[in-house]
Amino acid sequence: MPSGTAITEAPAPARLLREAFFLGVVRPLVAIVLGVNLRHGERLPIEGPAILLANHNSHLDTLTLMALLPHRLLPRIRPVAALDYFLKTRWLAWFATRVIGIIPLDRRPKPGSDPLAEPEAALARGDILILFPEGSRGAPERLQAFKTGIAHLAKRRPDVPVVPVFLHGLGKALPKDAFLLVPFFVDVFVGEPVAWTGDRTDFMARLERAMHALAEECRAPAWD
Amino acid sequence: MPDFDLPRPVLLTFIGIGAVLMAATLIEITARGRVPEDMRPRLKAWWGMVAIYGAAALIGRTASIVLIAFTSFLALKEYLTLIPTRRADRAVLLLAYLAIPLQFYWVAIGWYGMFIIFVPVYMLLLLPVPMLLIGETGGFLKAIGTLHWGLMTCVFSLGHAAYLLVLPPLPGAPAGGPGLLLFLLVLTEANDVAQYVWGKMFGRRKIIPKVSPKKTVEGLVGGVVTTAALAIALAPLLTPFDWPRALAAGIGVGIAGFFGDIAISAVKRDLGIKDTGALLPGHGGMLDRLDSLTYTAPLFFHAVWYGYY
Repeated sequence: MPSGTAITEAPAPARLLREAFFLGVVRPLVAIVLGVNLRHGERLPIEGPAILLANHNSHLDTLTLMALLPHRLLPRIRPVAALDYFLKTRWLAWFATRVIGIIPLDRRPKPGSDPLAEPEAALARGDILILFPEGSRGAPERLQAFKTGIAHLAKRRPDVPVVPVFLHGLGKALPKDAFLLVPFFVDVFVGEPVAWTGDRTDFMARLERAMHALAEECRAPAWD
Repeated sequence: MPDFDLPRPVLLTFIGIGAVLMAATLIEITARGRVPEDMRPRLKAWWGMVAIYGAAALIGRTASIVLIAFTSFLALKEYLTLIPTRRADRAVLLLAYLAIPLQFYWVAIGWYGMFIIFVPVYMLLLLPVPMLLIGETGGFLKAIGTLHWGLMTCVFSLGHAAYLLVLPPLPGAPAGGPGLLLFLLVLTEANDVAQYVWGKMFGRRKIIPKVSPKKTVEGLVGGVVTTAALAIALAPLLTPFDWPRALAAGIGVGIAGFFGDIAISAVKRDLGIKDTGALLPGHGGMLDRLDSLTYTAPLFFHAVWYGYY
């Protein structure tokens, strides 16, 4: 699939199907098979526009974050996800766009194109974006350096709160390339919103600091 | 459809528990500020637990067994979340989880022989097999040792509570298996509370400061005496025990509960954590609440089994 067309042609989420999937599958999975230890849940946004910025270890990250927000917000929640991965096959593309409701992001945009146009438009509509600034799931349960896409987005929409969320345990439950889901309790630590500071380097440093501070709160047993 | 009628003494005991909780709640409301701050979330969690387990008891035996199996799952999940595990062992952990539905199926069909050897023998032998096939020998002993201890504690030990439900009725004990289970649960939990309260009010001499600095001789003795008295009072209603046997059960639960409690305390000390989880506000995690029961359930069960079956 040519990447240029995929962005503009990503179909809108199928509302009813999505609600049924989250109520019937995702919420029971997150609540019963996993179980969430949520800290500072009061810092989660209660309305859009907002950006949830989380570390990324597992496909379960998105589902867990989506299940933590009130069900009434579901139509507003749009995870931003790699176009080259999620639109690779027809079935995955259907599932990612129609059921999960992702906004595909071109990780290698053509010169002159604006990969953040769709996320920005979604914020303008009052949506809540889920963003993984590490760019990929990477090695399980290890923090990687953040990509700066979030800074571009925050600069364009300085009014939108950027809420850092540290996730732990999901990469143990379902790491990259694994097929078996192993139940574990997972930690979700929500930080204070970080405001755009007017400077990209400074803003990125603040985000990374916020995430590392949340990670410090979390006691993780050895897993190697 | 209920697959057995809840015996009247069990119903009466539940009403009694409700009355005690109601009294404690009223005390908490009138004396707020003078009672410990965590009493409120603790009581709230107690209400929730009594409501859920009471509802399961009302629905019937199968529902009760399923609920205990689910409790066992939560305990094992909490344990496996806390301990260090090896990445290579993901499938092994899944296999350990699979032991839960099987073990409680043996309970539900009343297959005692399988129930009593499945985890201690078959799972002991089976769990290492995938580990051996994966071939990861670094940390093998620690991995298999911690995993099997967890399975024995969270599934095998706690499963004994469920097996009480399928014991055939005894003459002179109209409350049957549900009566024995409720007797065990009330004594175990009351003992926890009594040891805590006695310790808080009169505790001076520490017993094992290295493991659990809050455990005192006064708390232990006061708790055991209280539990023994409660056992003698409840036994005629719920069990076939005469008073000397009830006394022995009360003392046994009091002492066994103490060791179950500090065994989990030692695990927490070893791992450097305060609570096993955050599932029960005010209490901590599931294992913080079930610690005593991991000792009392199998010991109580086998005392009954030896004496009456």
